[in-house]
Amino acid sequence: MRLTQLLSDSPRNAILIGLCFLVLLILPWLHLLPETSSFHLSAYWITLIGKIMALAMVALALDLVWGYAGILSLGHGLYFALGGYAFGMYLTRETAGTGLPDFMRFLSWTELPWYWAGTQHFWWAMALVVLVPGLVAFIFGYFAFRSKIKGVYFSIITQAMTYAAALLFFRNETGFGGNNGFTGFTTLLGYDITASSTRAVLCFTTALALLLSYLGLRYLMSQPYGRVLGAIRDSENRLQYLGYRTLWYKLSAWVLSAVIAGIAGALYVPQVGIINPGEMNPVNSIEMAVWVAAGGRGSLIGAIVGAGAINAIKTYFTVAYPEFWLLILGGLFVVVTLFLPNGIIGVLDRFKKEKE
Amino acid sequence: MSHYPSYYKSDAQANYSNKTFIIALLSLLLLIAITSAAHAHETPIAHSHGEKLSTNTVAATSNAVSEETLLAQDDTLLAQNKQSLTTPANLAISKGDAIEQFVAADFTKRQTMLNQWPGSVESLDTLVELIKNDELYQGNGGQTYLLNSEDELFTYPAKQLTTEWPSDLAQVTLTNTLRSALVFGQAKVKLESNDPTQRVQAVAILADNIEQLDPALISTAATNEQDDDVKTALSTLQARIDFRDGDVAKQIAALTVLADSDSPQVLVDVKKALAADDIDPVLKSALLDAEDSIEQRITISTWIGHLFTGLSTASILLLAALGLAITFGLLGVINMAHGELIMIGAYATYMVQNLFQAYFPSMTGWYLVAAIPVAFLVSAIIGMIIERIIIRPLYGRELETLLATFGVSLILMQLVRMIFGAQNVEVSNVDWLSGAYQVSSSLVLPFNRIAIIGFTIIILMLLVYLLNKTRFGLFVRAVTQNRQMARAVGISSARIDMLAFGLGSGLAGLAGCALAQVGNVGPDLGQTYIIDAFLVVVVGGVGQVWGAVLASLGLGVSGTVLEIGIGAVMAKIVLLVLVILFIQKRPQGLFALKGRFVD
Repeated sequence: MRLTQLLSDSPRNAILIGLCFLVLLILPWLHLLPETSSFHLSAYWITLIGKIMALAMVALALDLVWGYAGILSLGHGLYFALGGYAFGMYLTRETAGTGLPDFMRFLSWTELPWYWAGTQHFWWAMALVVLVPGLVAFIFGYFAFRSKIKGVYFSIITQAMTYAAALLFFRNETGFGGNNGFTGFTTLLGYDITASSTRAVLCFTTALALLLSYLGLRYLMSQPYGRVLGAIRDSENRLQYLGYRTLWYKLSAWVLSAVIAGIAGALYVPQVGIINPGEMNPVNSIEMAVWVAAGGRGSLIGAIVGAGAINAIKTYFTVAYPEFWLLILGGLFVVVTLFLPNGIIGVLDRFKKEKE
Repeated sequence: MSHYPSYYKSDAQANYSNKTFIIALLSLLLLIAITSAAHAHETPIAHSHGEKLSTNTVAATSNAVSEETLLAQDDTLLAQNKQSLTTPANLAISKGDAIEQFVAADFTKRQTMLNQWPGSVESLDTLVELIKNDELYQGNGGQTYLLNSEDELFTYPAKQLTTEWPSDLAQVTLTNTLRSALVFGQAKVKLESNDPTQRVQAVAILADNIEQLDPALISTAATNEQDDDVKTALSTLQARIDFRDGDVAKQIAALTVLADSDSPQVLVDVKKALAADDIDPVLKSALLDAEDSIEQRITISTWIGHLFTGLSTASILLLAALGLAITFGLLGVINMAHGELIMIGAYATYMVQNLFQAYFPSMTGWYLVAAIPVAFLVSAIIGMIIERIIIRPLYGRELETLLATFGVSLILMQLVRMIFGAQNVEVSNVDWLSGAYQVSSSLVLPFNRIAIIGFTIIILMLLVYLLNKTRFGLFVRAVTQNRQMARAVGISSARIDMLAFGLGSGLAGLAGCALAQVGNVGPDLGQTYIIDAFLVVVVGGVGQVWGAVLASLGLGVSGTVLEIGIGAVMAKIVLLVLVILFIQKRPQGLFALKGRFVD
């Protein structure tokens, strides 16, 4: 399969999308230019771009299960936060050095809880970033899909899950810093986390991860596996009559989606410098669904566009008109679902067809 | 499917269903209004207990009370007039009510007053309450003032808010002698009352002050007593006195009575006696038996208390979930804005309260009666608008509906925040719902919780009636079970959708009205209850009223019990996990609709 086909079905779009990704991969390095240069990007912008790209990865993950397999998750914030926490554990250990993290000393704990073992090693933290969300998703998904929970039922249960997890992480006794979560990180692999070079590398890594997940998912969806997922969305029963074990298709897509969300969380945390249980707030998770819906379900580039567009609007409004942001977000939910069933991408497609 | 024949018999016209619905709706409102009015009639009694001194005395209340007071005052004035011959200085202040006299009086006068209270029982209760809350003040040569906790000064007995602060305002405080005179004076007046509940209260007051109690008072009271409840209370108190002072034989005899008590005070007494050195072995075994028995009784009444709390939590859950169960069952969509409809119901209650305070200050205590239908209608109308504009165009796309209604919930929440502010607003408790019913010494049931349970049961019965016995209910059930078939026999499913959605939303409004009485009212009110309400619907099964009842009972009671065991947060987590596990076994909820269709 050629690279252009991986980027998009139509060659012209492939070039456009490829160019966009190229820009995203180059942008981080502009931060390293001297501040006098007119191409210099400030730390604010580099962090913002990195942040939005991490969120776009979650949108990709959500699009995989919702757009392709027809499973709407209202709890992807959970996997995102779990990945973030796993990496946050490593950063906290780096900051604390050989001693205990601050929040544990405030609770007058004398030793680390067992699940913190090995988190001072970068590789183990990275493994946790993949393993924890994957395992949680596997266990939850196995039971949920096995008993054929679907539709709104499934959505409500995922929402309840992330709500329960948020409550759990809010507790100091859970050992993840309670309300405040982890913050005040200083170094990453020995490098100063606020240094421009570290920021640039982090932002670049996020762009790369976004590109790789996009290409990977594009490839996967063009394979028979992707066709089966689409068939599950359209008529699961018929597929079962044809002899497919839909449980494993759904479950694998679900776990893969959770892992991508977890990695996105891990990339998000060092850039924004904080992770707390607020990320598991059910509202955040529902917001993710609207990114996908706004961009265009079932179109991977749509998820990225949607996440980017809405977060850009959000960044502007939460600063300029904070009281109107929720109204706009609410309005987006309504407008997108009522008038843009296929999102921004759907509108563009229709435009193009009309032109032809 | 037993109701199908009635379809065929009738000419199922769409406008017919509409009329039935309106009649049913009106009768629902009417019944609610009547039941609430019935509640409100309790006002004079509850108020006169002096639980809360409201700014504006309810007209009806003061009528009932003051008549009694006036009668009592006639006697008082006679007595005062006799006194005034000897002390002419008292003449000026001997008019007015007993509390006013008490405040103006000097030490000895106060003592005599307390020994022989000149006013009514209620006025004495009020006095005790005022002194206990540090609200009673004196100024400008013996005038009485009330100063509440928000530093608002009222004149007495007119109870008018005043801004003219007297220069020498001083709190009325009592010396220990007066304090005990007050306590025993109160108990004495109550003991002589004709109302058995007053006499039980008197015994409870005496029991609290057992240290200074004169045993003779109890024995004389016991010989004259006819009422069983008062007798039991008196004999327990007598036994406690015997147990404290008597010899071993008397103590053992007393213990047989005390063993039937569930009072923590008695348990303390018994434990104290057990801790002493060299106790008589017979006494010791009696003590141990009594201790076991009392502890058991206390445990039982504590658990009954927990069960009651669980029941009231369950009824709150049910109120929040009933409307959701109907709309979910009917349209197959989750209305994420349901929580905000609850919130709007609570704000409607708040608005009605403010309107009453502004325009009918004399009827403030009745605002709840008006708030119930208003909350229902406001939420119902908003719900129907949501159904028309947002839910109908998305028919058959449940997941999108979920997202769209979530957007609506964000908008509603933010609008309320912009109009009313982000802070909680104050919905005051109605006087006749504050206070509590004392079942036994370790079991107290608050009135507002009892009222919520009662309210929920009434709503539930009306709803079941509406769904099972009216034409509208028949149509709703028909559309829920088989939309195509229902349409085929001439039911306008679109209209039923809208009306039923209005009904579900109206129920949310009622829930908000009830919740305003027990919890905070703020823009986030809906969020607090919505996830729990979802769980009730998911566990109960789609569109099943009885499923929702069972589920909310299960979740409410087990939630409360778990909360006692492992704390609120862990309880919630455990409950969520249990629900997720439950769904594994019964994906369609407790009561699944039976049918042969797939998807």
